[in-house]
Amino acid sequence: MAMEQTHEDDPGGVAISVRNLRVNYGEREILHGISFDVPAGETMVILGGSGSGKSTLLRTLVGLEQPTSGEILMRGRNVALLSKSERNELRKKVGMSFQGGALFGSMTVGENVALPLREHTPLDDSTIQIVVRLKLDQVGLSGFEDYMPAQLSGGMKKRAAIARALAMDPEILFFDEPSAGLDPIIAAGIDELILKLKKAFRMTMVVVTHELASAFLIADRMILLDKGNIVANGTPEELRGSKQQRVRQFMDRIPEPELNAEIDYLQMLTGENPPERR
Amino acid sequence: MALTETIGEATINGLAYVGSLARLSGGAARAVVIDPFRGRKIRFSRAIHQAMSVGVGAIPIVSLISLFVGTILALQGAYQLRKLGALQLVASAVAIVMTRELGPLMTAIVVIGRSGSAFAAEIGTMKVNEEIDALETMALEPVHFLVAPKFVAMAVMMPCLTTWADFMGVAGGGLFGVTNAGFTWASYFRATLDALVLRDIFTGLIKSVMFGLVITAVGCQEGLSTGLGSEEVGRSTTAAVVKSIFLVVTVDLVFTALFYFTAPQ
Repeated sequence: MAMEQTHEDDPGGVAISVRNLRVNYGEREILHGISFDVPAGETMVILGGSGSGKSTLLRTLVGLEQPTSGEILMRGRNVALLSKSERNELRKKVGMSFQGGALFGSMTVGENVALPLREHTPLDDSTIQIVVRLKLDQVGLSGFEDYMPAQLSGGMKKRAAIARALAMDPEILFFDEPSAGLDPIIAAGIDELILKLKKAFRMTMVVVTHELASAFLIADRMILLDKGNIVANGTPEELRGSKQQRVRQFMDRIPEPELNAEIDYLQMLTGENPPERR
Repeated sequence: MALTETIGEATINGLAYVGSLARLSGGAARAVVIDPFRGRKIRFSRAIHQAMSVGVGAIPIVSLISLFVGTILALQGAYQLRKLGALQLVASAVAIVMTRELGPLMTAIVVIGRSGSAFAAEIGTMKVNEEIDALETMALEPVHFLVAPKFVAMAVMMPCLTTWADFMGVAGGGLFGVTNAGFTWASYFRATLDALVLRDIFTGLIKSVMFGLVITAVGCQEGLSTGLGSEEVGRSTTAAVVKSIFLVVTVDLVFTALFYFTAPQ
């Protein structure tokens, strides 16, 4: 198992440890007590269909949603118990690339990448410019500092977002659907970039996706989420060889009967028995 | 029973909304006043950028509207004053109504249309595009980063704009005064200065600062509570305008009553 110097304080080389995590949206439970570990320096892919709870899981991991119960240990500390300033300190060590890029539309690409550096580091302007150029170079966007996000293509936006996520040299990098909405060639380029970053920095990465080809290319480990439960957790080979019905259905792309009633849809989302109708 | 329930629910919702505005304003106040002492830099460049768009950008339209309102006031005032043979009082009538009431109020209405709605649309769009989430994951608090500079810009620019609106309103009244009431420009402005006391101007300016804070709080709160989907941005923008106008008039009523009952006899 690859161990980075920066991960020395993580017990057993585990970057993120999730224990019995439950998350609710209002009354409805989305994640039903899931547990898994992300080994330091590895790429964990969270697979799952629409409404499986994978986005909720990612949002909870980065602290955008609060767990109802359970623990998320990051760098050995329970994220839910951190004070606001401790959480902000932790967030500086974590990068997140959003599905649509989430670049700030009123700033240039360069300013987007520079923002966390300007706000959180004492670096002077010329050093920040050098770091920005370096980060954009790493994602293959050299020379695009002065472009506005609206002038970039979908794939370039995602690259710029990854550059911004890399700005603070994070120990853990999260990706939400990195190849969603891109054509296969551009998507393959993003996969290649993720592999390149993995090789160059041995960063811990958590990638949420439903693209099977991309998942098998980049993953060291995978979990398959279904209705808020983990149905499989293992290496890509283990998942590929799994005989479990739900895993096979996902891997072999077997369609489900269509849902027509609202109540069936809500049940599909949560795996719960539907409440009494009002 | 249903009626009392509806009234009760509306009251609770209204109070909860005012509470959320207070929380947002409090957070912004902390970011501006306390955080700099804790070593958190505050971005004056963002506040200046906002001040330019909120204040300087509004000057042409505020000028024109205040000029027209001043003329309208003079015309309406003259209609009554002429009957009493007191047409020369038109200058003081315009001056007092503009500085105490219509200067701050008309400025607020213009700023709601230009900036309150823009705040809601800007923050709402950022919410929909996950930019607010991105700020949080970068350990940047949206209130500190987005909302606080807007409060600073508004608190500074509203009294400036209102002072200008007061002046333009008086000039609008002067148009009538000079052409129809036998004033010269010099005598009109002298009559205006004689009619005003400092309290008239100050009460107007205090109100304008309060209006600015209300407009910012409502615009930002509506933006931050935008749901999913771009049509939600439209809803937020509309809500920001309607709620701002209502709250500005309410705050106006409260402060006008306060100034009336505390005025020296």
